[in-house]
Amino acid sequence: MSAASARSSLGRDTLWALIALGALLAVPYLTSSRIALDFGIRLAAYGLLATSLNILVGYGGMVSFGHAMFFGGGAYAFALSLQKTGASIPQALLIALCFSAVIGLLVGAVCVRLKEIYFSFLTLAFQMFLHSIILTWTTLTGGDQGLTGGIPRPPFLGLNLADPVHLYGFACVMAVVGLWLMRAILQSPFGYTLRMVRDNADRARFLGIAVWRVKLSAFVLAACFAGMGGVIMALFVSGAFPDFSYWTMSGEAIFMIMMGGIQVFIGPVVGAAVLLLLNDAISRTTEYHGLVLGLVVLLFALGFKRGLMDFLGQLWAKQQR
Amino acid sequence: MDLAALIDCLSSASCVVTQASTGLIVGALLFLVAAGLTLIFGVLGVINFAHGSFYMLGAYFALSAYRLSANFALSVVVAGLGVGLFGLLLERLFMRRVYNADVLMQLLVCYAFILILDDVVKIVWGPNFQSMGMPEAFQAPPLLIGGGVVPIFYLYLMAAAGLIALLLWVILSKTRMGKIVRAAAHNPSMTSALGLNTSLIYAGVFAFGGMLAGLAGGLAAPVRSMSPGMGFSILIESFIVTVIGGMGSVSGALVGALLIGLIRSFGSIGFPLFVEGTMFFAMAVILIVKPSGLLGKAAR
Repeated sequence: MSAASARSSLGRDTLWALIALGALLAVPYLTSSRIALDFGIRLAAYGLLATSLNILVGYGGMVSFGHAMFFGGGAYAFALSLQKTGASIPQALLIALCFSAVIGLLVGAVCVRLKEIYFSFLTLAFQMFLHSIILTWTTLTGGDQGLTGGIPRPPFLGLNLADPVHLYGFACVMAVVGLWLMRAILQSPFGYTLRMVRDNADRARFLGIAVWRVKLSAFVLAACFAGMGGVIMALFVSGAFPDFSYWTMSGEAIFMIMMGGIQVFIGPVVGAAVLLLLNDAISRTTEYHGLVLGLVVLLFALGFKRGLMDFLGQLWAKQQR
Repeated sequence: MDLAALIDCLSSASCVVTQASTGLIVGALLFLVAAGLTLIFGVLGVINFAHGSFYMLGAYFALSAYRLSANFALSVVVAGLGVGLFGLLLERLFMRRVYNADVLMQLLVCYAFILILDDVVKIVWGPNFQSMGMPEAFQAPPLLIGGGVVPIFYLYLMAAAGLIALLLWVILSKTRMGKIVRAAAHNPSMTSALGLNTSLIYAGVFAFGGMLAGLAGGLAAPVRSMSPGMGFSILIESFIVTVIGGMGSVSGALVGALLIGLIRSFGSIGFPLFVEGTMFFAMAVILIVKPSGLLGKAAR
C-alpha cells in the first residue's frame, strides 16, 4: 500500500469515526430512554473488548482464551485508584491503561512464544490466576463480593459521570476514539507486519522481522484497549467484579467476534451488539436462555460457518465480480 | 491462607489419610474425564469443550437409572453407554462438520452444546440440586486407616477407576483396535490410504471418550450433588490435567489427575480460596517449561 493511499484511507476512517460519534451523541436528544443509553454504554465496553481481542485473533492469529484478564484488570485498577487514592478521572484512566499494559507486557512476554493451542491455554491459565488473586486478596478487592460501595466520580472538563447522559457521552467518545486508534494501528505498516506474521511467521523472520516483538506489541496494545473497555464497565456498574476477569467473560468476547466476523474491522462490534440484543431478547421471552442461545450459535457456526460481517462481506465480494 | 492448618494436617496420620483418600477419588474421577478428553484430542486433534457436559449427562443418566432399578452397578453402565451413544450422535451430526474448520468454530459448536445441554437437563431433571444418596451396598461403616476415615464407597470408586484405566491401557497398547487408533492419531492420511475408515475411527474414539466421561459421571453420582452446570468446573480441571500430563497422553492424564486431586484436597485445608489459583499456576509452569506436558510427545 502506498503512503498516499494509506493517508486517504486514514482520512476516510477518521470521517467515519466523526460521523459515528456525531450520530451516537445525538441519541440522548432523540430519546431519554435509560434502556437505550445503558445499551450504548454496555456496547461501548464490550465493543472495545471484542475488537481488541480481534487484534490478536483476527489479525495476529493468536487465539487468546484469557483476554478478559485485561478487561477485569482495567476495571479494578480504575475503580481502586478512584476509591483509594482519590485520583481524578483522567488520572485513574491513565493508571488503568498503564496497569493493563504492564500486565499485558508481563503475561505476553511469556505467552507469545508458545504456538496455537498452547498459547490459548497459557493465556487461560494466567487469567484464572489473576481471577484467583482477585478472589483471595479480599482486603483490597472485596473478594467474591466484588468491589462495592460505589466509586467516586469527581467532575472533570465539565463532565459529571454520575449523570447517565454524561456517562453515555463519555463511553461513546472512549469507544469511538479507541476503535479509531485500533483501526489506524491495524492499517499502519505495523498492522500489515502483524498480518504477515499471522500468515507466514517463517517468511517474516527471513525478512528480518523480530516476530515475537511484533506479537508482543500487538498483545500489549490489545491489553490496553481491553482495559479501556473495563474502565467503561467499571463506571457503568459503579464497581468491579471478579466475573470481569473470569473465563466466561473471555468466552463471551470470543463469541462476539465469531458472531460478528473476524475479517471485517467492525465485525466484533456488530457481534457484540448482536449478542447483547440477543441476550436481552431471550431473557425477556424465555427462561431457557441457554437452549435458545445455543441453537442460535449452532446456526451461526454450522449455517454461516463464519461471522455475520464476514458472511455479508463475502456476499458483497461475489456481487462485485 | 491458613498454612499452619496445612502443616498440622500433614503431621497427623489421620488427617493425611482422610485428605489423601479424598484427593485420590477426585483424581480418579478426573482421570476418567481427562482420559476421554486427551484421547479425543490425540486422535481427532479436536478439543471437546463439551466434555464436562458429558460428565453431567452421565451423572443424571445414572440418577434416573438408579431410581428405576435401584442397582448402582447397572446405573453406571447405563450412564457410560448412554453418554457414549450420545457422543456418537453428536460426532456424526455436528462435530464431523467442523474438523477442518478453525479451532474457534469447534469451540463455538461445543459452547452451543454446553448451553443447550445445561438447559435440557434443567427441563428434564429440574433446576434444583439433586442427589442420588449412597446406594445400600456401600452403607457400611467407613474403614479406619491410621485413624483416618475412608468411606467404603471410596475404595470401590478407586477400584472401578483403576480397572477402567487398566482396560484402557490394554485396549490401546495390546489390541489390534488400539493399534489402529494409535495409527490414526499418528498419521491419519496414511491410515486411510491403508484402507481403514478413519471417519469411522474418529466417530468411535469420540464416542469412547464420551463413554469415559459418562462413566465418571455415573461413578460420581453418589458422592456429588447434581445440578445443571456441574460440568463446568470439571471441564476446566480436566483441561489443566491434560495440559499438565501432555495433550494426547493417557498415562500423562493419570499423573496429572492424581496431582490435581491431591492439590485440591490438601489445598482446601491450607489455602481454600487459592486452590484454583494453584492449579492454574501449575499449568502455567508446565506450559512455560515443557509445553508438551509431563508425558506428552513434542508438539506436532
